[in-house]
Amino acid sequence: METFWMFVKAFLIGGGICLIGQIIINFTHLTNGKILVLFLIAGAVLEGFGLYSKLIEFAGAGASIPISGFGCALVKGAVKSAHQEGVYGALKGGLAACATGISVAIVAGYLVAVLFRPRTKKK
Amino acid sequence: MGYYKNRTLTFDNSYIIEGYTVAGPKENDGRYKGFFDLALNDDMFGQNTFERAERKMFEHAIDGVIGKANLENGDVDAVLGGDLLNQNVSMSFSARNQHAGFLGLYNACATYAESLIVGSCLVSNGYENVVCVAGSHFSTAERQYRYPLELGVLRSPVTQWTATGVGATVLSNQSAVSVPKITRATIGRVVDYGIMDVNNMGAAMAPSACDTLVTFFRDTNACPEDYDVIYTGDLGKLGSDILLDLARQEGCDISSKQHDCGASLYWDEQQTYQGGSGAACSALVFNSVLLGRLRRGEYKKILLLGTGALMSPTTSFQGDSIPAITHLVEVCI
Amino acid sequence: MEKTYEITKDNYKSYVFEKMPKSSHWKNMIWAFIVGGVICTIGQAFIELYKLWFSVEDASVLASGTMVLIAAIFTGLGIYDNIGRFAGAGSTIPITGFSNAVVSPALEFRSEGYIYGVGAKMFLVAGPVIVNGVTISVIIALLTLLFGG
Repeated sequence: METFWMFVKAFLIGGGICLIGQIIINFTHLTNGKILVLFLIAGAVLEGFGLYSKLIEFAGAGASIPISGFGCALVKGAVKSAHQEGVYGALKGGLAACATGISVAIVAGYLVAVLFRPRTKKK
Repeated sequence: MGYYKNRTLTFDNSYIIEGYTVAGPKENDGRYKGFFDLALNDDMFGQNTFERAERKMFEHAIDGVIGKANLENGDVDAVLGGDLLNQNVSMSFSARNQHAGFLGLYNACATYAESLIVGSCLVSNGYENVVCVAGSHFSTAERQYRYPLELGVLRSPVTQWTATGVGATVLSNQSAVSVPKITRATIGRVVDYGIMDVNNMGAAMAPSACDTLVTFFRDTNACPEDYDVIYTGDLGKLGSDILLDLARQEGCDISSKQHDCGASLYWDEQQTYQGGSGAACSALVFNSVLLGRLRRGEYKKILLLGTGALMSPTTSFQGDSIPAITHLVEVCI
Repeated sequence: MEKTYEITKDNYKSYVFEKMPKSSHWKNMIWAFIVGGVICTIGQAFIELYKLWFSVEDASVLASGTMVLIAAIFTGLGIYDNIGRFAGAGSTIPITGFSNAVVSPALEFRSEGYIYGVGAKMFLVAGPVIVNGVTISVIIALLTLLFGG
């Protein structure tokens, strides 16, 4: 039953974050890159105050899958290793925490570029 | 070329001998299905990149129109025209195979009208045959001006769809039979009303279309009633509406005469929102549809206004507004 | 709608704004909510799956990686852009949108070769995310060191 509620929370919080994004797009016509950066920074700053991790505890993937979760993971990793290793840790921790996602994206991007071709849009 | 007044030129012997069009698959599914000389099933056109496909479409259109006009390659004195890519590559590369002189032109989507005006000047000064050509390709333009094809983006409702196609025309300084003629033309000036939204090119171009149209009517004392139709290039539905408002304000009501090549190219179900855009719009519609109607006598006298938005991605990123240009051509039979 | 005032260069922008067709705001927002929600729910399913073998934190990282991989394949198959066409932010903001932003330029610029095409252009859209993200994470970490946060 607890698992079921996690799914419901993931759907509602994840959907809600995207909904906020869409409202911003509708009223400001921000482009894709700007929206991604905006949410990333929002997640990073919230985590700077230790807030975003609480949202992830509550909503699981609903908060960790949106790009704001990526910003949170960067800050969380950087802050954590900064406490252990000082300035060296602050430089190391962020990317280390997100290395999996970035590496998968790069390798998958490379492979997809080798295996597929872009298609013309129909609509 | 007898005389001119203000920015309007008059031509006595600029005959439109033949037109030829190559259209992409989506364009041939649109309102003018079957009107095109060559319709592609696949917009790769058997090439391995979209840029090469666009180039091949240009080569086909130039060779096609020369053949259709029963000319030899050596009969053509000049090829002129352009496309939307940086450095005008599609046009320039496809001119490699021609023995004729070559002028590369760029006025964005107004290039076709520009090429007709320059071509008319050349044949008026003794050149016998000139090929005027313009075109665009959705996938190459999308990469250069917008996003990668596979990026998932929500398109704004004011966007237009870059048409895939090339249209080519042979202009000649003489004709044995009665063919449509370019009689007058107005060279436009660059007009910028400060529109920043690159999606909304219709709104950026409408003031320039109005400026050129009104200039032409003032220079010639003509009025909209003299014409069967007035075709604008690629203002789209919104841009056309704006043009009607602007023109009415200048005291000329063209609402019953005005059509837009881009807006009429596709059916609404094809979800292009405001219709087609790109250098191909006016080149395709003029050479496939309007030329035929003129020859059959359905139209006696028409105006074609090529409209172009002269921005680049760099200027847009740097926060500059969109300047626009419109050239007008009067065609009579 | 008949205009009742004179259009000039100065009021042109506001005139155009009035004239513009409005996006179907509600439809966009509902789709963004549903698609975003579904993507996160799938992510949650992977977390639950990986939790059988790994810690919660590792499971979360692996789930994100899996979603990135799936989105990359969907991009290659030409499906992701069709989802984005109606889902808007719903498919942009999840980590899958980041993946789409990395893979689509790689695919697009493959015609310019693997070094200057795929290699150089891969982060054309997503580069700002990494650049801004890393910079801000280092700044925040240094600030917490300074102020003992």
